[in-house]
Amino acid sequence: MGLALALVIGLITLGTVILFVGRFWWFPEAISEHGPSIDRQFMLTLTIIGIAFVLAQAALAFFIVRYRRRGEQRASYWHESPRLEVLWTTITAAVFITLAILGQRVWAQLHLNAPPPGALQVEVTAQQFVWNIRYPGPDGKFGRTRTELINDVDNPVGLDFTDPAAQDDIVTVNQMAIPVNRDIHVILRSKDVIHSFWVPPLRMKQDAVPGLAINIHFKAVKTGQFEIACAELCGLTHHRMRGFLLVLPEPEFQKWLQQRTNL
Amino acid sequence: MAKPISSLKDIETIAVGSRPPGRPDDSGRGGRERPPSLPEGSYRLAMLFALASIGMLFLGFTSAYLVRQGLGGDWQPLDPPAILWANTLLLLMSSATLHRSRAFLRREAIREALWWLSMTVALGLLFLAGQYGAWRQLAARGIYLDTNPHSSFFYLLTAAHGVHILGGILGLGYITLRGWRRRLILMGTPDRLKHYDALVGAAALYWHFMDGLWVYLFILLFLWR
Amino acid sequence: MTQAVATHAAPKSFIRRYIFSTDHKVIGLQYLFLAMVAVAIGIVLSLYMRLRLAWPTERWPLLAKLFPNAMAGGTISPEFYLSLVTMHGTIMIFFVLTTAPLGGFGNYFLPIQVGAHDMAFPVLNMLSFWVTLAGFLVLMAAFFVSGGAPISGWTAYAPLSAVGEIAGPGLGMGQNLWILSIALFCIASLLGALNFITTTLNLRTKGMSMTRLPLTVWAWFTTAVLALLAFPVLLAGGILLLLDRVGGTSFFVPGGLIVSDKILPHKGGSPLLWQHLFWFFGHPEVYIAILPGMGITSHVLSTFARKPIFGYRAMVAAIFAIGLLGFLVWGHHMFVSGMSPYSAIAFSLLTLSIGVPSAIKTFNWLATLYKAQIRFTVPMLFALGFVSIFVTGGLSGIILGQTSLDIPMHDTYFVVAHFHLIMGVAAIFGIFAGTYYWFPKMFGRMMNETLGKLHFWLTFIGIYAIFIPMHVMGIAGHPRRYAETAGFDFLAPLQPLHVFITIAALITAGAQLLFFFNFFWSIWKGKKAEVNPWRATTLEWTIPSPPPHDNFGPQTPVVHHGPYEYSVPGAAEDYILQTAPPAPTKA
Repeated sequence: MGLALALVIGLITLGTVILFVGRFWWFPEAISEHGPSIDRQFMLTLTIIGIAFVLAQAALAFFIVRYRRRGEQRASYWHESPRLEVLWTTITAAVFITLAILGQRVWAQLHLNAPPPGALQVEVTAQQFVWNIRYPGPDGKFGRTRTELINDVDNPVGLDFTDPAAQDDIVTVNQMAIPVNRDIHVILRSKDVIHSFWVPPLRMKQDAVPGLAINIHFKAVKTGQFEIACAELCGLTHHRMRGFLLVLPEPEFQKWLQQRTNL
Repeated sequence: MAKPISSLKDIETIAVGSRPPGRPDDSGRGGRERPPSLPEGSYRLAMLFALASIGMLFLGFTSAYLVRQGLGGDWQPLDPPAILWANTLLLLMSSATLHRSRAFLRREAIREALWWLSMTVALGLLFLAGQYGAWRQLAARGIYLDTNPHSSFFYLLTAAHGVHILGGILGLGYITLRGWRRRLILMGTPDRLKHYDALVGAAALYWHFMDGLWVYLFILLFLWR
Repeated sequence: MTQAVATHAAPKSFIRRYIFSTDHKVIGLQYLFLAMVAVAIGIVLSLYMRLRLAWPTERWPLLAKLFPNAMAGGTISPEFYLSLVTMHGTIMIFFVLTTAPLGGFGNYFLPIQVGAHDMAFPVLNMLSFWVTLAGFLVLMAAFFVSGGAPISGWTAYAPLSAVGEIAGPGLGMGQNLWILSIALFCIASLLGALNFITTTLNLRTKGMSMTRLPLTVWAWFTTAVLALLAFPVLLAGGILLLLDRVGGTSFFVPGGLIVSDKILPHKGGSPLLWQHLFWFFGHPEVYIAILPGMGITSHVLSTFARKPIFGYRAMVAAIFAIGLLGFLVWGHHMFVSGMSPYSAIAFSLLTLSIGVPSAIKTFNWLATLYKAQIRFTVPMLFALGFVSIFVTGGLSGIILGQTSLDIPMHDTYFVVAHFHLIMGVAAIFGIFAGTYYWFPKMFGRMMNETLGKLHFWLTFIGIYAIFIPMHVMGIAGHPRRYAETAGFDFLAPLQPLHVFITIAALITAGAQLLFFFNFFWSIWKGKKAEVNPWRATTLEWTIPSPPPHDNFGPQTPVVHHGPYEYSVPGAAEDYILQTAPPAPTKA
């Protein structure tokens, strides 16, 4: 029984390691400036916990085989070792706290710093099950919005056109284009319930909370079209709340904006 | 214990615990005041933990109150209905009468102790009536649960506190009633008196806590800005 | 501490004896049976979810018979999927993982292990069970009201849970019943916790000092304290949520919301407030579920390793540290919620510190096995399985606890894998270890060893097959609570994993039938059990199986030894009962 259990634990450990090392399913390639730092921290942590995982399971399996019952021999009456306990407590504490501190670096860069000046502002207003994207337009200012004016057919964010700043605002649905290699400042809002803006290749996820305007910033360094998913349960078709992030070279992005201005 | 539950007394018998072997339940002579097998201080200990729990409930409400107040906007502080001051006084008095009752109980002056205990229950009832009066006064001013966040919290906190006071009144009332019905036995048996005192003690702990809690809520709602 | 010289005759009427019983053992069994009903339902719901995920468009006319309204047309619709998500989570967390290890085993064995004749307040104890049952029935009723069960998940995030039926099906009456059920459960837990605490502190028998308490008792005691302090906060949140729904208040609902083209009248509330209140309870709840499992594992490991548990004091300290830290880390559920990024850093550091006492426990379990004489009984297999799973599930917490890594991992299958392993499966393994271990004491018969081993192998391999692949799905970005992968291109490659996991889940769930069969078959047909079949040391093994109504009869046990005196050099046997006379036995 002991041998079998040790074998099974060994095989499970091996299978797990193969699944993680083989990367048959893995992160999509990172397209943001901060993405690689997150991936590096992830790999560092994964390596450390991977080693801990293998060591712990191996120790368990080894003890199970080595100390399985043999005849009527007594077990050892060994139940305390202050030195050993202090040692392993200190080591774990040191490793975990170091990881915890390292894990804050990217976080601080993303969330403690204000969006860099000159970042392109984009407002994302989530609603059950749509992403509304708004650009401030040529004047660089978001116009006033009013809840009463919201109309899913032609005014999804409730632009108040009596405000001059609102007149050049560009609103799109589920289509978010951004220029590559430029800081983007996203203002996240929600009209109804909590949603979460999740673009896996961007390594960016942030809840959109009704009543709050949450600011995030990032810089995409690769062009392409990516999916925006909702990561917070928001109701019936949460699993189909799909938007598209288009990362375009600057000239194409300007052209894209231009087309929408002329509509 | 072999009998099915037929009255509150039976429940109490079970709650207090088991009987020593070979001594069947001689309830005919009101024998239920026999010393319980629960060690001394168990009621008090359990009550302390129960109060910690109730304290967490109101801590939860308090944190919600502070967060909600911090959001500002539609927060419109109410003026306290005048009757609240009188209610507060009533509740403070009830703590004093309860305290006095316990002093008498310790001196084995059972009749006096029971009078003061009854007074406490009466004051508690008056307090509840007064709180209802405060609700009526607010309603007359057109202020309801959903009028603004501060009124929401006022109704919520007074109701939550009121429910706990009501529980206290039921508990104290039951203990008082039992005391009146068995005061002759209590007088003659120090062990039973001690047990009775432990019950009253635990109830008193609860009552003083509710009293203090009300003062705290009153300050939170109206004085602390 | 106390000498409770008392005995009570068992009540004679069936109703007082088995239904409205105040006997902690009967109440313990009532909790266990409730948990068994709940877990059976919870597993069935999870299988419906798994079927939907693997084959989203498939029709299941046979399965639809169980839910004729929700499954009209025979398919598992997305809204039904979400109500399954909600109900599976709520049932498992409250009515299985809290009910079985604490309400069930705690009630049955805590008084016996401390040498008491019953709980301190037997009537409160009885009430606690009946209120729990009422909570369960109210929750089940949510399936049968118009609109069905709520779709807001077990976390019931406002405003989705707060604004009523316009936000989605099941968010009307179903959500109200959900809140009511949770409120009842909170109250029941408080009554139970008071009993556990008072009994542990005040009803210990002569010689049972706090340092001679079995680790199971320490675990139940700490769990009770956690429950006592955490549940009231959930109750407070639940009351506020209910008022927002039916009283027109705005605690959690902000102004200017437009749901289904309607402007809502609420204004000024804070959705994050609900999350703070919820997780202030929710994180300790994780430990409420897992601590008793840790206690049982320590107990069973020591028994079958025939060795004293390694580092008893460190184990107690670790339980306490985990309990205490458990109250300080709730924010790690909210890193990407819009909460202050500074407090996120504090929460992250505290969260990773919880890894330290958890690691201490693992080290001590391994050290207990070092130079042991391991007997591979079924309870021991599950205890060893617990250690393996606890390590696997715990380590991924080191990733999730880091703010920056939580950005990609939050609300993905990585989280689902993590918490299922650590608080679901590990806790269930603790429950299984406890069931196989204490069954002979509870029913006077042994469970079938062969069936038990088969149950272990299938379950142990099965749960790894289910949950390890979920980690990589999370790494690939799969959000949780998605009814299908069809909506997104990046999810399409993950569909084969869904199929694999569903097949593994079906097999693993099937293996649980072995357990249920073994359990009920053994109650009537199992081999007769001796008083102390495992040659264990604690007080429950000194009294008949099943124990008499008043546990110890007129005699009150007197304790002379610690709980884990195995293989003491020079002793006649390789175990010393806690009640054995103090004089050192000469070999």
